Amino acid sequence: MPARAQSGLVAYVNARLVDPATGLDAAGALLTNGETIADVGPGLFQGGVPSGIEVIDCQGLCLAPGLVDMRVQVREPGEEHKETLRTAGEAAVAGGVTSMVCLPNTEPVIDDVASVEFVARRARKNGLAKVYPYAAATKNLEGGELAEMGLLFEAGALAFTDGVKAIGNAQLMRRALSYAATFGAMIVQHPEEPSLATGVMNSGELSTRMGLSGIPAAAEVILLERDIRLVEMTGGRYHAAHVSTAEGVEVIRRAKARGLPVSCETAPPYFALNELAVGDYRTFAKLSPPLRSEADRQAVVAGLGDGTIDAVASDHAPQDADSKRVPFALAEFGGVGLETLLPVTLELVHNGHLGLLGALRLVTCAPADILGLAAGRLKVGAAADLTLFAPDRGWVVDPARFRSKSKNTPFDGRPVQGMVMRTVIDGRPVFARG
Amino acid sequence: MTDARFPHRHLLGIQGLGPQEITTILDLADGYVEQNRSVDKRKTLLGGRTVVNLFFENSTRTRTSFELAAKRLGADVINMQVAGSSIAKGETLIDTAMTLNAMHLDVLVVRHGDSGAVKLLSEKVNCAVINGGDGSHEHPTQALLDALTIRRRKGGIAGLTVAICGDVQHSRVARSNIYLLNAMGARVRLIGPRTLIPTQVDRMGVEVFHDMRQGLRDVDVVMMLRIQNERMKGNFIPSIREYFHFFGLDYEKLALAKPDAVIMHPGPMNRGVEIDSDVADDVERSLIREQVEMGVAVRMACLDLLTRHLPETGGKS
Repeated sequence: MPARAQSGLVAYVNARLVDPATGLDAAGALLTNGETIADVGPGLFQGGVPSGIEVIDCQGLCLAPGLVDMRVQVREPGEEHKETLRTAGEAAVAGGVTSMVCLPNTEPVIDDVASVEFVARRARKNGLAKVYPYAAATKNLEGGELAEMGLLFEAGALAFTDGVKAIGNAQLMRRALSYAATFGAMIVQHPEEPSLATGVMNSGELSTRMGLSGIPAAAEVILLERDIRLVEMTGGRYHAAHVSTAEGVEVIRRAKARGLPVSCETAPPYFALNELAVGDYRTFAKLSPPLRSEADRQAVVAGLGDGTIDAVASDHAPQDADSKRVPFALAEFGGVGLETLLPVTLELVHNGHLGLLGALRLVTCAPADILGLAAGRLKVGAAADLTLFAPDRGWVVDPARFRSKSKNTPFDGRPVQGMVMRTVIDGRPVFARG
Repeated sequence: MTDARFPHRHLLGIQGLGPQEITTILDLADGYVEQNRSVDKRKTLLGGRTVVNLFFENSTRTRTSFELAAKRLGADVINMQVAGSSIAKGETLIDTAMTLNAMHLDVLVVRHGDSGAVKLLSEKVNCAVINGGDGSHEHPTQALLDALTIRRRKGGIAGLTVAICGDVQHSRVARSNIYLLNAMGARVRLIGPRTLIPTQVDRMGVEVFHDMRQGLRDVDVVMMLRIQNERMKGNFIPSIREYFHFFGLDYEKLALAKPDAVIMHPGPMNRGVEIDSDVADDVERSLIREQVEMGVAVRMACLDLLTRHLPETGGKS
């Protein structure tokens, strides 16, 4: 990587500028000054770049806002053998992600101000992708008492969630929504009714054949419907994570039509895979919520197409080999996703479901807007968080080459298109593919 | 090289086996039935071979049956006790596989409480693996011995109507039998309360009945399943009394089946829970004892077929 010019000005020329926030998709250039974007547009540097400015030739590739990943498990503190803030940061920038939001299900749990500050400080020191924490909605994620949401919000927690656990008690959820709304904070739910979601895969013909206990789609639908009622009752701001079922998408669609303050996201496995991926007891495809039927997958794609599903997050869930090389029922849930977020999301473009701007919106300004983050856009004065990618370049997912400490991807061996070539955070180059 | 008529390295399930392959096993087993009934029961076909029974779940019947089968073929048999061993203390399946590989086994018979665990182990060991039952998934040798029992009594399997009754939800025996009976051209009915019939099981090519009297009408074979108390994690049925009233096999319900209908049970039976004692002991109708006998012969056939591709030992007869 060339040293930056003394002026602190860097010109990214010969780029295809792609900014979903403004609908910009045109050839042009972008100028950064130190940590921020100083200028951007199709006409910029048409007469050439003045001397004293470092020039990076984008060779016609897409220059887009850095990706905002709104659901990541980093495992630090507590399970550093699976992932650390550093390895997650490296995986993030290799995947074009410049901001990620981590879940509070660490050890200790992020349920007090000190742990929020720990995560922020550690991430800053690494200088990789920016890390913003969700904090626990209930103390120690136990679903008993509310966490100190007000203080945590002040300390920088973006929203509140019990992570991979649902807030199952209706009275508690009602109070969490209501109390969070006092501060204008949002509750992020893992939408599965816990008493129904006791199985290990989608409930259906395949679970019957495999002799595995199933999780019915109704587990998701029931909790979403209940939560929507509580949102109506409290006026609280609600976000459903990783929606996976056709009916779940429909519940959100109806809630939005009624004008309720509800948003949701899904993750690449739920629009790119179905339950057949767990055939042969493949534990890398054991996810929470489980991979669903093909009809569900298609409904998730449709929900992304019509805007019912607001965003796509990687749902990055690192698990070490020992947690996955066991009989299916005993294996941990989850898959890593930071390094496949962009190419699998771009499948929506390559398969004709969305345009490039529409797909990129799901992983840039849309999640940023849900979270109230000033990120995910090519805006003058904004932080220069950028990703440069070749939208059509093909590669095959090979977990051995992941930066992530854990290799448990459900996309192992999948041919994909879309390669991140360079990632920039606050004007600093943090990743370049050699 | 594996035998052309049975080109598989392992026997992990009935799913995927064709009628020819099933027939090959049954034909071979028929011969072993005769051998077992003769005075000299021993052969030296597996002389020098080592067969290990690795049972993660308690089992006396299946383990003994495999042990006898292997010994009658002249193999050395080791029963690995899992309870109280390093395996039970948290050694992983993968570590167990590494240990077994170092022992140079020829055949490993595995029973495990988790669906798919036997397949996982089979991917890591060098020897042939026979599934002795994995979770609620498959129990192939049980289905084969059931098939042999039916075939010897009824002269064939195709065209028969077989009712499988009881806890299908948790039953690996039921799943293996559904695959096998369908492959061989029988009609399969499942009978049980809705809580014990798995989701979308009709897509496996069966007819589902929740009224036992309707389900038993004109069937040729009644297969009862054990109510697996140890597998019941929730309240699937309110009481034994109620279960027996609606789904226990007694003469009154059996009267609806064909006059020559036979009764089977994989054992161990819960008398008075899923089956009336008198019915179970009816020498005319009950094939339960024959099933045990066929079990040894079928397991001998499986051991025979799965060791044919191994190099000669010199002990071969």
